[in-house]
Amino acid sequence: MREPAVKMMKSTAIAEVSGLSICYRSGERDVPVLRDVSLSLAPGEALAIVGESGCGKSTLASALVGFLRSGSRVTAGSVRIAGEDILAGSAQTVRALRRSQIGFVPQNAGQSLTPSMRVGAQVAEVLRMTRKLDKAAARAEAAKLFAQVRLPQPDALVDRYPHQLSGGQQQRVAVALALAGQPRLLVLDEPTTGLDVVTQAGVLALFNTLRAELGIALVMVSHDLGAVATVCERIAVMYAGRVVETGRTEPTFRQPSHPYTRGLLSSVARIAAPGLPAGMPGSVADALELSGCAFAPRCEFAQDSCTQGDAPELVPVTAEGAVAVQGTARYSACLRLPEVLAAPAWESEVRPRRPRERGEPLLEVSGLTVDYRRRPDPHTGPTVSDVDLVVHRGEVVALVGESGSGKSTIAWTVAGLRRPTSGTVTLLDRATVPGEARPADLTRTAARRDPAVRRQVQLVFQNAATALNPRRTVGDAIVRPLRLRGLRRDGAVAARNQVLEGVGLEPGHAERLPGQLSGGQQQRVGIARAIAGGPTLVLADEVVSALDVSIQASVLRLLDDLREEHHLGYLFISHDLAVVRGIADRVVVLYLGRVCEEGPVEKVYGGANHPYTRLLLASVLSTEPDGAPGTGSAADEQPESAPPAVGCPFRNRCPHRVEGLCDQETPPWQELGDGHRIRCHVPVADLSAAELGVRA
Amino acid sequence: MSVLITPDSDPAAVPTGRARARRFALPVTRSTVAGLVLVAVNVLVALAAPLLAPYSPTQPDALSAIEGPSGAHLLGTDQLGRDVLSRVLYGGRYALLISLSATVLTVVIGTILGCLAAYRRGWLDEILMRILDSILSVPAILALLVVVTALGSGAPVIILAATVVYCPALIRVVRAAALSIVGLDYVTAARARGEGFWPVLAREIWPNILDVVMVEFAMRASWIVLLISSLSFLGFGANPPTPDWGLMVSENRSLLTVVPMATVAPILALASLIVGLNLAADGIAKARGIDRITGGLR
Repeated sequence: MREPAVKMMKSTAIAEVSGLSICYRSGERDVPVLRDVSLSLAPGEALAIVGESGCGKSTLASALVGFLRSGSRVTAGSVRIAGEDILAGSAQTVRALRRSQIGFVPQNAGQSLTPSMRVGAQVAEVLRMTRKLDKAAARAEAAKLFAQVRLPQPDALVDRYPHQLSGGQQQRVAVALALAGQPRLLVLDEPTTGLDVVTQAGVLALFNTLRAELGIALVMVSHDLGAVATVCERIAVMYAGRVVETGRTEPTFRQPSHPYTRGLLSSVARIAAPGLPAGMPGSVADALELSGCAFAPRCEFAQDSCTQGDAPELVPVTAEGAVAVQGTARYSACLRLPEVLAAPAWESEVRPRRPRERGEPLLEVSGLTVDYRRRPDPHTGPTVSDVDLVVHRGEVVALVGESGSGKSTIAWTVAGLRRPTSGTVTLLDRATVPGEARPADLTRTAARRDPAVRRQVQLVFQNAATALNPRRTVGDAIVRPLRLRGLRRDGAVAARNQVLEGVGLEPGHAERLPGQLSGGQQQRVGIARAIAGGPTLVLADEVVSALDVSIQASVLRLLDDLREEHHLGYLFISHDLAVVRGIADRVVVLYLGRVCEEGPVEKVYGGANHPYTRLLLASVLSTEPDGAPGTGSAADEQPESAPPAVGCPFRNRCPHRVEGLCDQETPPWQELGDGHRIRCHVPVADLSAAELGVRA
Repeated sequence: MSVLITPDSDPAAVPTGRARARRFALPVTRSTVAGLVLVAVNVLVALAAPLLAPYSPTQPDALSAIEGPSGAHLLGTDQLGRDVLSRVLYGGRYALLISLSATVLTVVIGTILGCLAAYRRGWLDEILMRILDSILSVPAILALLVVVTALGSGAPVIILAATVVYCPALIRVVRAAALSIVGLDYVTAARARGEGFWPVLAREIWPNILDVVMVEFAMRASWIVLLISSLSFLGFGANPPTPDWGLMVSENRSLLTVVPMATVAPILALASLIVGLNLAADGIAKARGIDRITGGLR
């Protein structure tokens, strides 16, 4: 099948991809990255391209703007933008198309802006070229564009440099830059990856507004199904370089017609379904050159016939009724379509929270203050101030907050990489150390701690790629902590293999270098290294945020298994509230280094909240159709850079702010029972009432 | 069914031997090979000089002084009748020995101090850098001449002096490379394990700056060879009658028109060594510079 019955739209389509195949050269071989991809986008439409990393999403997005990574070439097919072939056209055609038809927002907006140029000037440059405006007019127009992308104080902002903006603001500037040429199509490559939840919700809301205001068409590449559901009405799911399912987003997410889509959806942690998501075994890397259906090895529905012959073609999905409108119909490339459609919902596969036995108190942090300021400043307070925390054995305590909230500072202090300014950090349970019952002082740096204490506290990092030494084998990385435990030669090798198997890897992986492993495997090695130390307390710093959803789910399950097996206590740092809901027992919400709410997970997610927690929860994305996040105002994404010296840190963004009180006095704790408490001047009853008002 | 092996794929089929080999493998280009061969030939010739040389390099023979190339003396003789070919074959020994010792010493000290400065930062880094700045501000040959004049031209003095003169530049380069490594999570992980400076240096930093150090080694070696030969030429290095290229050029340059080979041959020999070292350095740099594993390094 070449083109899935979209011919009728051909004349009007803004973007038309037909039978596109792209290869890149690796050594002496051609490796296909895109195979026979056909898509069509009408003006004003929003299409999402989803899939795991390595599925060809970004290659497709680049092809839409006529860009091929060096070493790759088009082997078949074409990409037509407004009727003109952008891949085969002359340099002039391509430039003209890019100037007038397409806006591109690259993956990392912060890096795509020139650091030495004011952001206004960068936008004005485009305006002067495309619209022949003079200097003053271009500047005024740039400010207008900044207002359009909802940047605060656009007139002042044009004179800022990129580093003076927050991540969300940089992203908005990149969007303004893309809009400067008045394009009819906006291509967004992972536009919200790396942004805080609140910022993410704001940026996604912006895309919706822009579509409504400008009638612009969007192509959004993302691995975040929640983000996609918020913005795009059509979706194309890619696996191993092919489109395996395409259709309208809402029915696709309600009843996926391809097992891969099903697997992706079942991997998403949901705030509404507490527990650990099912996940999907395997990875896409093995699948690029399989015969038959590339997904067959990972598919729960696969039969022998699936692995033979050519890849399955996209066929219309008709089981749920007649195809309503041609071109917006659903297509799936699955040989076992009836079975997939008939399969029960995947919610049953969520691993519910298991009953936990809460052990002895393990870590006690009391009055922790960390001050990075070089000299005293009466207008600001310390980075982390007066934080109290207790982690028991077998318990997961989640630290939640936006970037800059001091989550990692607290973890690093506990790990002994930083000295606290004041407060106590104590490791209480020393039962694993024979003959040692005294609590250990963790305010000392790692180098000054007792070796047994160091072993008990282990770190797992966010970015597995930088957490492993690229020049040392996996085996080396794991054996080192074992050696420090006193194991020698054969004992260490046996223990190494045991640890590897414990995290779902094979002893054979020990000889590999980290670069030869997939992202999920690297993170497993990172976890294995921590476990090899024989810890009782694991500090997990955003361990799943950098992973594909399918891998996220399996890593979360691994962490949960290890917690149960070794009776570990976790300090689990995350900004993903859905993930936290699934794994944590207690939640501590931080804002600018101050605890503003803490309590058992059910209470925090189901009860009255601090206004900041409320904002975080409202920003969580969902794949459910009615799960659109609260569209925050631009002010909601403006975390202050420095915490205030006195008063409530959240006061500047708080809708309940009481003048003369919140900025003068530190709010008191209000106990809500079961250890759930919030730090706010406003009585809980008033907060809850206001909250209901927001919902209605 | 064919299985694809890309760097990102699950390398179930990758033999473990390859994994090990890749760690130290040096992607080779033609000029790198040429450079390494030139260096190797020079080293081999210096080692095998007693076997290769037809005459003693130091025995004068007044009867056959200042002769052009002939069957008996392929490159002719110098003013004392010594065979030029034999002297050229022996001539690399002094320069190579001194340069190699000085280079090894420079690289070892430079790597350790560079990594230490990057790892510790703070006052140690500041003080070290200011000291280096002051050493860097003195021209190399001038500093060496002062040292040699004051302390004599013994081999240990020259080696130490060359080390002191060339260490600062190397420390700066290594420090810059190490700075991009010490901030990475695997170094943090090692620190959290309680590892001290030496294990962190040996296990975490060193393997990741190895390519930079290799390039620096080859580059410093060529500079030091030149420097030592210059010293000999000026009369502060090898003492007569030691066969040394720099000294030979100095001794025979007045006879350039009469027996040109006595001057040209040592120059060519010296050039081959330095060109070889430079080609090797360039080759390694280029090959490692595009290395994906350390893509962020250079």
